[in-house]
Amino acid sequence: MTMKNIVKKVLMMILTMVIVSFFAFLAFQIIPGDPTTKILGSEATAESVAALRAELGLDRPFFVRYFEWITNALQGDFGRSYIYNMSVSELLQGKLCVTMLLTAIAFLMIVVLSIPLGLAAASCRSPWVDRAFTVLGQLVMAVPPFFIGILLTLLCGLVLHWFDPGTFISPADDFGRSVVYLLYPALAIALPRVAMTMKMLRSSIGGEMNKDYVRTAYSRGNTRLATLYRHVLRNAVVPTVAFLAMTAADIVAGSVIIEQVFAISGIGRLLLTSISNRDFPVVQAIVVILALVVVLVNFLADILNQRLDPRLRLQ
Amino acid sequence: MLLKQRNTSFRIGLCIAACIAAMALVGYVWTPYDPDMIIGSEKFLAPSLRHLFGTDNFGRDIFSRTMVGIGTTFFIAVGTVFIGGVVGIIVGAFTGYFGGVVDEVLMRINDALTAFPNILLALVFIAVLGFGKYNVILALGVAFIPSFARVVRTEFARHRNMNYVKSARLMGAGHLRIIFRHILPNTRGVLLPALMIGFNNAVLAEASMSYLGIGVSAPDVSLGYMLKEAQSYMLTAPWYVLCVGLVIVLLILGVSMMGDGMGKGEK
Amino acid sequence: MLEIHDLHIRFHDADHEAVRGIDLTVDTGEIVGLVGESGSGKTVTAMVISSLMPLNKAAVTGAVLLDGEDLLKLDEKSMRKKQGSDISVVFQEPMTAMNPVMRIGPQVEEALRVHTDLPKTERRQRALQALRDVDLDNVEELYNKYPHQLSGGMLQRVMIAAAIVSEPKLLLADEPTTALDVTIQAQILELLQRLNRERGMSILFISHNLNVVRKLCSRVAVMEKGLIVEQGDTEQVFREPRAPYTQRLIAAIPTRKKLW
Repeated sequence: MTMKNIVKKVLMMILTMVIVSFFAFLAFQIIPGDPTTKILGSEATAESVAALRAELGLDRPFFVRYFEWITNALQGDFGRSYIYNMSVSELLQGKLCVTMLLTAIAFLMIVVLSIPLGLAAASCRSPWVDRAFTVLGQLVMAVPPFFIGILLTLLCGLVLHWFDPGTFISPADDFGRSVVYLLYPALAIALPRVAMTMKMLRSSIGGEMNKDYVRTAYSRGNTRLATLYRHVLRNAVVPTVAFLAMTAADIVAGSVIIEQVFAISGIGRLLLTSISNRDFPVVQAIVVILALVVVLVNFLADILNQRLDPRLRLQ
Repeated sequence: MLLKQRNTSFRIGLCIAACIAAMALVGYVWTPYDPDMIIGSEKFLAPSLRHLFGTDNFGRDIFSRTMVGIGTTFFIAVGTVFIGGVVGIIVGAFTGYFGGVVDEVLMRINDALTAFPNILLALVFIAVLGFGKYNVILALGVAFIPSFARVVRTEFARHRNMNYVKSARLMGAGHLRIIFRHILPNTRGVLLPALMIGFNNAVLAEASMSYLGIGVSAPDVSLGYMLKEAQSYMLTAPWYVLCVGLVIVLLILGVSMMGDGMGKGEK
Repeated sequence: MLEIHDLHIRFHDADHEAVRGIDLTVDTGEIVGLVGESGSGKTVTAMVISSLMPLNKAAVTGAVLLDGEDLLKLDEKSMRKKQGSDISVVFQEPMTAMNPVMRIGPQVEEALRVHTDLPKTERRQRALQALRDVDLDNVEELYNKYPHQLSGGMLQRVMIAAAIVSEPKLLLADEPTTALDVTIQAQILELLQRLNRERGMSILFISHNLNVVRKLCSRVAVMEKGLIVEQGDTEQVFREPRAPYTQRLIAAIPTRKKLW
């Protein structure tokens, strides 16, 4: 990958982040209902409201505040929570790690499960196995992740006692036990995605198998499996990686929701309470951070794909 | 062979979705029991012929509540697809057809927004708008605009330079006529499956939001809201969670099978 | 060396045979042209000789003898041993016939990797030599390039290098110059001729282009609708075509006379 390409991609990322942060900031400026009412209650005097507005910086023009907010955010300062007597970054610190850990485990599960399974399904030529994979995949894809989470809690937690729902330990306290607990919510997020990724990989393998270079590979005496692994796989993985990157956003969203099912105190739960409390500095910060994660994942996937497919390096 | 397979997939999906839609429609006018009637002596009854899905912690008939819940979920999903679809089609059609600077700018913004998951976008809107059934529709609808707009834009940009469009232009058709009478009908092969996927995502999003407690709230009932209730009694009344979950799964499965069957029909 | 006896090929989904009983021989060190328009069955014949025809798609009867051994009677494993070592194929479209995400070198030496136990460095040496043999320059650099970085003519040379690296007895060339510019075409033909002369490698050259066949081949077989309607010494066939189909084909060649 050339330097020019990287610079271009990075510029695009920055532009995306500017747009996202702008909207995140804008959204909470145009809403009815002043946060001061929430903090002081509806019976506050006009003077105390004005004083609080000045203290929170709400009395200055919009663009000044946006610019100030974004420059502070770049230094890791997202302002102070309206509700908790803490800075937003303090509030986020531990929770962000938890959510990122959960997302990473889920992502890893998707890659580790779907690519070998997709390959196995493509290697096996029995129409019955093929059909079974299709039907099973169709079914799994239709189950909402949080419902899988509920089922896992019920089955593995309450019936089989493999884990104790509701006893999540922060990774900072006991990393091992934390990860073990997170395996279940990660599985809930991963399962439907595994089915989707498998479907994607199978169809792209199917498309690649009809290409001319496959015939060439056969003509050199390669077996079907050798052709599949040595020639087709790398070609077929490229669109699959792009697909995985596209779903990165949904995986992050999945983590946010699944935290509620498994009572994990991560960024998702914080987001929910902040939305209920109209604690906008926190919501803004979470929005921007999650978007940044998604954008970074996309960037990494782009680089990975350029390593896999040399033709992409030209563009 | 392929043709037959597609039809079976489509047909099975249609049957499943139609059954559930029928439950919802009937639920608007009639339910076996009053879905809100509390009977203290009939708490946590297991499924039986009298109560198909059993009863909940207040002795309410879960089947009746499910019928009403599907209705709400359907209503929200259709409303979401309607708002997202109409606005998305208009935005996508105009940007894709005319191109230019506006197109560039809007698509940049669109890219930025799709870097952000639908559901989280809707959560942010809910934070702005407040809770409730109609706000959920509005929030989800707005959150779904970018993805629809993107699909439609791609199609319009592709069709813009095709010969039939050029000849329509030569014959003096106006831009609006070309957009809505000539191109739009030709994009249905892509648009209809996209709307179905959108419907499924809306069902999923509504269920997730209500489950999280920031979507539909009492006295309204939706499938996600029921799951939230059901989770608390998972061990005492597992049928509650299972029945409601199964209905959601079937609904999504049915619609996605229909979409799949239609998508294959295009090739 | 290659003898085809009474070869019939019928696709399962077709109501008539694609090849309706042909006999063809290619002697050692000979270049034989197989000519015919598209749909005449020439490519299908080549697919059967190189065992690239999926068995579930067509019924094949007759005999294809390579040094007396019937290829049609071989099991899959022994057939694979022939593919790429005894028989190599050069295809029409070099751009699509190469794996876009694999470097040139590994693709050239692939036949060696599949069929021999040569160590990596030795395979590399042979691949580089094969690339030099097809008149390519800067082979060390070329070895590490990707297909999209080369021109069509260069790629076809690479394909030929990959085909000859294992020193096959028979090279099947299926319209190898059709997708190329005329000047490049001539170079590739010269290359094939030289390889044939220097290595004594037999070539079955499949083409619809009679001029090319006339330049390259010592013998020619003309196919029409699944049958060989005429076969013999190239000059003989061109000077005195007996089958009406051949006569029409030759009459359809644009000649320079008309320009004068």
